[in-house]
Amino acid sequence: MALLNKKDAALLKDPLADNNPITIQVLGICSALAITAELKASIVMGLSVMFVLAMGNVVISLMRNIIPSKIRIIVQLVVVAALVIVVDQALKAFAYELSKTLSVFVGLIITNCIIMGRFEAFALANGPKRAFLDGIGNAAGYALILVIIGFFRELLGSGTLLGFPVLGDPIAKTGLYAIGYENNGFMLLSPMALIIVGIIIWVQRSRNPKLIEH
Amino acid sequence: MSLKDKLHETKLKFQGKKMAPAFNAIHTFLYTPNETTHSGSHVRGADDLKRTMNTVIISLIPVMLFSFFNAGYQHFSAINGFPAEFNMWEHFFTFDNLWVGLTTILPLLIVSYGVGLGIEFLFAVLKGHEVEEGYLVTGILVPLIVPVDTPLWMLAIAVAFGVVIGKEVFGGTGMNILNPALTIRAFLFFAYPTWMSGDKVWVHQAVERAGTADAISGETVLGYLAQNKAGEYTYSVSDMFFGFIPGSVGETSTFLILLGGLFLIYSKIASWRIMVSAVIGALVMGLIFNAVVNAGWITETSKFYDLMNFPFWQHLIVGGLAFGIVFMATDPVTGAQTELGKWYYGFFIGFISVLIRVFNPAYPEGVFLAILLMNVFAPTIDHYVVRANVARRKKRATSLPNIQTAH
Repeated sequence: MALLNKKDAALLKDPLADNNPITIQVLGICSALAITAELKASIVMGLSVMFVLAMGNVVISLMRNIIPSKIRIIVQLVVVAALVIVVDQALKAFAYELSKTLSVFVGLIITNCIIMGRFEAFALANGPKRAFLDGIGNAAGYALILVIIGFFRELLGSGTLLGFPVLGDPIAKTGLYAIGYENNGFMLLSPMALIIVGIIIWVQRSRNPKLIEH
Repeated sequence: MSLKDKLHETKLKFQGKKMAPAFNAIHTFLYTPNETTHSGSHVRGADDLKRTMNTVIISLIPVMLFSFFNAGYQHFSAINGFPAEFNMWEHFFTFDNLWVGLTTILPLLIVSYGVGLGIEFLFAVLKGHEVEEGYLVTGILVPLIVPVDTPLWMLAIAVAFGVVIGKEVFGGTGMNILNPALTIRAFLFFAYPTWMSGDKVWVHQAVERAGTADAISGETVLGYLAQNKAGEYTYSVSDMFFGFIPGSVGETSTFLILLGGLFLIYSKIASWRIMVSAVIGALVMGLIFNAVVNAGWITETSKFYDLMNFPFWQHLIVGGLAFGIVFMATDPVTGAQTELGKWYYGFFIGFISVLIRVFNPAYPEGVFLAILLMNVFAPTIDHYVVRANVARRKKRATSLPNIQTAH
């Protein structure tokens, strides 16, 4: 790729698989369990985190040489909080129903470990372009896992995808429901999200044994 | 050539191949292996894993046979009314009853074993280790703790979940922290609550007849109590004790469960400490609730009144408490290992079971939740028992005067 050299491309690619924030670094698990009962909420949450992380990384990276290291956590929090409020207000204005589904979890992006983790580990030590790519990459890795979990939880738990009844109508007994299929209520509970995260980790590490820590 | 030799030859043929563990398992499941160790000193116990499991299965057979007849008895009694003059041979041990039981419970048993053993074989072949017989007991427990009309595909999914997530991910038989059979039941309960609770599922055909002119009820004793309708059920205490009541397939007959439990204690497979302490725990909690009612702290209109007012000892003979205590709580893998720990572990199982039973808003039963909870806490209990023992011995050692020993 002409636009990105190999090192920069790795910033985008690595967090998707071999350095995934959720399955490898095990960060940001809370929101992955809380809001993934619907695919739509997962996607919006992924995009919100992507916006906050990419922008925040750039801002912190630009300020990295003037932030006194003693108060850097407070500065980082101010930056995240400002960006999260922007996201929250935008959601309330343009997708009110969805912002109600996500409830406090948009606000809780502030406490998402991935964001503070990337600020500390990357943005404070790299230039704005690389920090931006790192933010996009990590948020994409986070969003990818959220979408996988959301896909299975909504499909098996509610029989819908993005709200469309793909498996038929459970009340009128059409489609799969006509032959006795029923939605799995366990999928809608948070413990099942944790189990799905566990299964993703299992599959990932059995495909790539290098990732297994001893 | 005998069957044993044939199996042995098949096994040899597949030695070193991918499918070797599967054929090895079939051979060793039925017979002693042809080659045993000849030299060296070995303590050979007759009670290996296979023998242990078979003993539990033998103790479950009376319960299973009873459940065949009871499935039919409950089904026909719900349709025609309970017989006025109950005659064991005329009304209970009939071919019609047996037929209903065979057609509803045998498929559950077959699906349970088919899916469960299938996954065990699959994992053995994938991981290249020997098949563990861990599923033999789970496989017969599962159909006994679900409602009679549980759809087979649901059971299949639940068994797959229970064996993979409840056992194989922890390392297989002997490494699991949760009882696999109860994991399967918990999965069914949370995934398909309409098939695991309510007043329909406990009697064959009650679900499909609901809403028609032929509708029948399948309310359990606890179900009546939870709705404050204690006066409406007609089961006597002996009905409850001998098991002529609706409920999960094998949980109804406290009498036969007790016989199975005595057999397990006699054969030293199950711990009597856990059973006794669990019974004590349940009685204590039941007595507390009775005392609350007697003290007049709750009114008759309270939604917990009938469940709390239920004679404390009768908690033991309804619902799944007896079955859970005898066959589930005593699982040697997931239970407490220390002698003292077993007392705490059992006590809290009984105590919490009755507690959940009374306060669970949606479902007046909690034995499986209580046992799973205590499964999680069993290692903690053991840890503190062991630490206490270490501390006590240390204290004794340091408090002794220095004894001069002979040089």
